[in-house]
Amino acid sequence: MLTIDRLSKTYANGTEALRAVTFDVPGGAITAVIGGSGCGKTTLLRLIAGLDLASSGRIAVDGETISAPHPAAGIVFQEPRLFPWLSAEDNVAFGIAHLAAGERRDRVKTVLHRVGLIDYAKRLPRELSGGQQQRVAIARALVAGPKALLLDEPFSALDAFTRASLHDHLLSLWETSKPAVLIVTHDVDEAVTLGSKVVVMSPKPGRIFEIVDVPLGRPRDRRSDAFDTLKRRVLASLDASMLPSSQARERIAEGAGMWW
Amino acid sequence: MTVTDLTSEAMERVAAQPAAPHRRPAGFSIKVLLGLVIPVLLALAWEGTVRAGFATGRLMPPPSRIFSTLAALAKSGELWLHTCATLGRVLGGFGIGAAAGTLLGAAMGASGLARRLLDPTLHALRAVPSIAWVPLFILWLGIFEASKLALIGLGVFFPVYLGVEGAVRSVDRKLIEVGRSFRLSRFEMVRRVLLPAVLPSWAISLRSGLGLGFMFVVAAEFMGASEGLGYLLVDGQQLGKPDQILAAIVAFALLGKAADSVLILLTKPFIAWQDTIHTRL
Repeated sequence: MLTIDRLSKTYANGTEALRAVTFDVPGGAITAVIGGSGCGKTTLLRLIAGLDLASSGRIAVDGETISAPHPAAGIVFQEPRLFPWLSAEDNVAFGIAHLAAGERRDRVKTVLHRVGLIDYAKRLPRELSGGQQQRVAIARALVAGPKALLLDEPFSALDAFTRASLHDHLLSLWETSKPAVLIVTHDVDEAVTLGSKVVVMSPKPGRIFEIVDVPLGRPRDRRSDAFDTLKRRVLASLDASMLPSSQARERIAEGAGMWW
Repeated sequence: MTVTDLTSEAMERVAAQPAAPHRRPAGFSIKVLLGLVIPVLLALAWEGTVRAGFATGRLMPPPSRIFSTLAALAKSGELWLHTCATLGRVLGGFGIGAAAGTLLGAAMGASGLARRLLDPTLHALRAVPSIAWVPLFILWLGIFEASKLALIGLGVFFPVYLGVEGAVRSVDRKLIEVGRSFRLSRFEMVRRVLLPAVLPSWAISLRSGLGLGFMFVVAAEFMGASEGLGYLLVDGQQLGKPDQILAAIVAFALLGKAADSVLILLTKPFIAWQDTIHTRL
């Protein structure tokens, strides 16, 4: 369980990126964070990953406060960020160098198998496609067995087909170890496909606008009416989140209904 | 040749395609040989002109005389003496310059304070033509090996320093962040992220450093030396032996190329992962 409690971040130049953001990412569930540009969603993820320091507030994994990169949280960036001089398997093993060689090999093998890249273990990143590279990056984050997996718009640079197949990969990975997953995205479809709840953020300063529950079972049928309804619901919320706050509340009440 | 001939020839070629990988080395060497056509033709033409008596070849000896001079030098053992002397100086100076350039470059690249303190001074020094230091080096270090090594080392230092400093500074911040997210210690960050990332640029800067080393060894040997290929050049000039000068130049070309190839071979394993580097090397 990942707890985010009144998290705020003001950069040195005075930009207020996040104001008092509070929500939980329950263990074994996927939470999607969505919002327009400049709403601080990447900042939020970087704070949780310990790459930046919060101005105030608290982040905890299973009750343990974290303020620096922590083994309990694995991160996947927007770009694969693989080390170009290491093969796929060595990239995956990068974060578990402290383990004994035998166990390291087993773990890497298992996770590469699960992302479907066991035949590509010896390849260098440049010999892999964008989607394969991002799968290696996911494997690298998962191999250490984190309690929370953080993903920062991991599929935004990929084409729609690759993205859909990676959604399936991610879901099947998640189902085997069930970490708490927090995925930042700007894609409503992606948020509703993956998330058990969708956190909608509003910009300037970044704060939570609304948290939408997604009470759909898995696997999800992207063409079902219920899926569509939820998508429209999130979209309406997202639209409202961009408005100045006085109008926003009125718009969302009618907005959800206006779509059909 | 009729159209059918052409077609059947083309078809034969197509049929031969599967064997293409097998034939590729041959095709490659033909392309390399293409580069030799002009110099060989020129050499043969000059040889013919001199043999036919149209020119004396006194100031510009024909290839046969250059190679016989080279052979004579080799036979008497002089060539090895001079080559070893020159190679020793280049390697010594290269070692000093490359080590200093690498260490300082890495320090400047890694620390902003060190860079602000020292980098302007080093760039000011770089603006001085290295040969301008020769009189000072001779006063300080004498006319023997030490001043020569200092000059060569100085020549090698700057390209290596600039290459390493730039490489360390331009290491992808995003990769460093991955290292941070895996909680690497400072030492581990250097060993597992920074070092591999700068190796390709380092190899390139070493290569240009080595090239400059050969440039400066000639200058150093002009300063006064009793052996070395540079000495052969000066000696040939003073005694009016153009064939000896050209023999020394040929020896320089071969030696420089050989040293360069060895360096490429030694650094290849470090940079095999890079896509773009092969075109730059």
